[in-house]
Amino acid sequence: MWKSLLLALALLPGLITPAVAQGAGPAPEIAKHIVDVASTDSDVQEAAAVALGKTGDRKILPLLEALREGSVYLRPLPGGKKETVIVGDKVSEGDKTLVPLFTAYGREPIVGPDGKPLLAELSTLEEVSTGRRLRVAIRPLIDAFSGQSDLANPDPATRGAAATKMGYTGDGGTLSILETALSKESDRWVRFALQEAAALIRLRVGTETERVAAARALGRLRSANAMEPLYQIAGDSQAPAPLAAAARDAIKRIERWGLLTQAIEIAFQGLSLSSILLLMALGLAIVFGLMGVINMAHGELMALGAYSTFLMQGWFAAYLPNRFDYYFLVALPFSFLVSATVGFVLERGVIRFLYGRPLETLLLTWGISLMIQQGLRLWFGAANVDVTSPRWLSGGVPVMIGVQLPYNRLFIIGLATVCVAAMYFLLFRTDAGLRIRAVTQNRGMAACLGVRARWVDAGTFALGAGLAGLAGCAITQIGNVGPELGQNYIVDSFMVVVTGGVGKLLGSILAAVGIGGLNKIIEPGMGAVFGKVLILVLVILFIQRRPSGLFAAKGRYAES
Amino acid sequence: MEEVSRRTFLKTAGAVGVGAAAGLGFPAILRAQGGGTVKVGVLHSLSGTMAISEVSLRDVCMMAFDEINAKGGVTGKKIEPVVVDPASNWDLFAEKAKQLLLQDKVAVTFGCWTSVSRKSVLPVFENNNGLLFYPVQYEGEECSKNVFYTGATPNQQLIPAAEYLMSKEGGGYKKFYLLGTDYVFPRTANKILRAFLLAKGVPADSIAEEYTPFNHQDYQTIVGKIKRFSTGGSAAVLSTINGDSNVPFYKEFANQGLRSEQCPIMAFSVAEDELRGMDTSALVGHLAAWNYYQSVDTPQNKKFVQAFKAYAKKANLPGGDKRVTDDPMEAAYFGVHIWKQAAEKAKSFEVDAVRKAVYGQTFLAPGGQIKMDEANQHTYKPVLIGEILKDGQFKVVSRSKGLVKADPWSQYTSPDKGCDWIKHQGTYQKKA
Repeated sequence: MWKSLLLALALLPGLITPAVAQGAGPAPEIAKHIVDVASTDSDVQEAAAVALGKTGDRKILPLLEALREGSVYLRPLPGGKKETVIVGDKVSEGDKTLVPLFTAYGREPIVGPDGKPLLAELSTLEEVSTGRRLRVAIRPLIDAFSGQSDLANPDPATRGAAATKMGYTGDGGTLSILETALSKESDRWVRFALQEAAALIRLRVGTETERVAAARALGRLRSANAMEPLYQIAGDSQAPAPLAAAARDAIKRIERWGLLTQAIEIAFQGLSLSSILLLMALGLAIVFGLMGVINMAHGELMALGAYSTFLMQGWFAAYLPNRFDYYFLVALPFSFLVSATVGFVLERGVIRFLYGRPLETLLLTWGISLMIQQGLRLWFGAANVDVTSPRWLSGGVPVMIGVQLPYNRLFIIGLATVCVAAMYFLLFRTDAGLRIRAVTQNRGMAACLGVRARWVDAGTFALGAGLAGLAGCAITQIGNVGPELGQNYIVDSFMVVVTGGVGKLLGSILAAVGIGGLNKIIEPGMGAVFGKVLILVLVILFIQRRPSGLFAAKGRYAES
Repeated sequence: MEEVSRRTFLKTAGAVGVGAAAGLGFPAILRAQGGGTVKVGVLHSLSGTMAISEVSLRDVCMMAFDEINAKGGVTGKKIEPVVVDPASNWDLFAEKAKQLLLQDKVAVTFGCWTSVSRKSVLPVFENNNGLLFYPVQYEGEECSKNVFYTGATPNQQLIPAAEYLMSKEGGGYKKFYLLGTDYVFPRTANKILRAFLLAKGVPADSIAEEYTPFNHQDYQTIVGKIKRFSTGGSAAVLSTINGDSNVPFYKEFANQGLRSEQCPIMAFSVAEDELRGMDTSALVGHLAAWNYYQSVDTPQNKKFVQAFKAYAKKANLPGGDKRVTDDPMEAAYFGVHIWKQAAEKAKSFEVDAVRKAVYGQTFLAPGGQIKMDEANQHTYKPVLIGEILKDGQFKVVSRSKGLVKADPWSQYTSPDKGCDWIKHQGTYQKKA
């Protein structure tokens, strides 16, 4: 068969040579396995795949991976022969499905006579069927290959994951690979993963002294992954005494470390939830707290911010695809502006006619919230829209063994801090802030002194709305964006403002931190459902005790 | 998702008013069977929280009706669909079902998604001897002669998925974290999964179980717990998290440094239609268990997917030809065809005659040949484990050998119960 294929290749130089000419071709026995791997006989197929894996030739890895993915096809060559090829991602052109072709050996693009990558219609190719048995057989082969190549990957997270995985499954042969990698590795966290993996393997397969040393090393490394094997050794009455003692000692160290990491995690989670609550409530604290407007549309202003982010993402994807990762930085001010504009129009258009009539305002803003919601649904559809996190907000930074802090949450904590600081500066250090405070404390008096109370109202409302938009933008990085987004958050926002005490920014901040922190302390023990119930009960009890919240508004307010 | 929002409440109130007015106005007799048409009901939420999922089922049913009508209808009669909107409101489901059966006198109804909506219409169909085709995987423990269940039972979805994860091919996982949204399906599903895992020798302390409220967004604590649970690399998550909450869950999972190679998530409620509105980058490599995927490579599926995209474009549905197909849609689609075949075999639209004709009916569905059970109202289906790809589609990584028979009463939680409408009257006690 191989001979006839060669013959076919020789006969059709114009079509085939570009593919073969790129890079060195496979050795004859490898080429034979490549043909056999596409066989319809599953025994032949499996034997060929295993033989390919055993060659250790790097250029075989793409073929094995493609076999597992099911993207290996047979391409008919003129003359009735067939060539094993790997196909790339499908492209639709009219009702045809086209695929780029790659060589089975080395996965190099096959170019057509015109020098461009060859696109073939999928229906002209013949799929190589890969049964469950073949995929079972291929998996360890790929693991052996990919483990090694992943250890050389530029991304530290991939290197670390590869090392950890080798630690679970590796044997004596893996050790030398890990040692070599360790000698070249400079990243602290990957070094840790490599050391841990090596110790785990030694703990399994080493001599008795090696095992004792490995147990000690795992204790020193605070390796949570080693808990299971260590427990087994410690609980095994057959285990040699020094080994069991070393294991028990290591378990103690790792457990102590586990408590510490858990405490740190809970603290961070509480801080993160608090920052989200605070960001959501900040706009409401201004609109409801300072101006006394019960704004039921606050959640929908957040939704507008979130959808602005979605639009900005689409705009970047269309016009600045190379700068896509920066869309979020532009989306932040954009969502603020969109929501602030809508807030300004709302205030000037309707809300200003209803100051001092809280029930009417409540109904009105609720109506507006329904209108915005339905508008979003009509415009963007009822389904959620997809906001992709920029790369710099995906993943997290490992800070200590066992703790990784997600970037998106760190960013939101930062954003909330900046917003609060900016609010304080605006309200207490600028003229505009002075006017806002004057109008909210005593509108008539302020107006008499020449403050244009109406414009201050509109500006303040727009500011609150803009902050809601900003919160909506931030929330796209942790939650869903859909027309109902606002409803999910409005209750929490009111809860924070009311608990904190209407009219006090500091109250809202403390309430957000308190509710967020408490929630995260309760949740691990009681579960998310009861955690939520308990928080609500606690808030109700608190409001019963102190109806005006943490900080009651003091002083002579004109209206109250 | 099941909370009654302000909006749903208003819509419901409005819809009830309109429904009542319509009911009073028309003499029902005149609109009953006869002439050249046969009336069938479509009972899916077109508004409210479930609309996201159920609208697609309405669409695919309408497409099936069009197909059948274009080929001359059922026994020569054209299908005349009566589409009602129960608006994700469980009480309204019963009301609308009653309207379909008593006023419109439909021959059959295709409808429901959530188990609670099905439970709500069940007495209506049973008391009025109606016929409902229910297309969604569910928790089992039901055996009504007025319902045909074309979705999967636990043994056609949950158990094979857990078996796969425990197998060598699936990774040989030994510890399982059962995570779900807090309502009837996840609770029952996890009860069955737990019983299965215990029966397979998984120790009780290697199984964790946890629930979150609907629309839960903050998965920090739970992912932290999973991270500790999965140390050692032999743990997997079995997730019955519903709809919306999946995005924050998977994102948090990735951001805290967990990868699908270390701890895969096997999802039972995430299908192509749900993935449409998601940033799928964090989901890639995780698994799902269904009986059909859009990527299933059969000629009839290619036709089905193309036909649906063309239909969505032609009918001007939102999404147009970007629409996708998924498991419940396929089940809804072949349900319509099974009913048609049964009615033609029975040469009647009479419920009891059609029911008997459904037993044993086969159909070449998009995902492959399926067969209706001879006695228990359920469907023989293939089971497919799929891996999520970056384009929101699934790559099938494991496939059951042939069709799996449906066990409405799981052998792990109710070993003494069975469901049979031929030799018994529905649910019966098995003799020891």
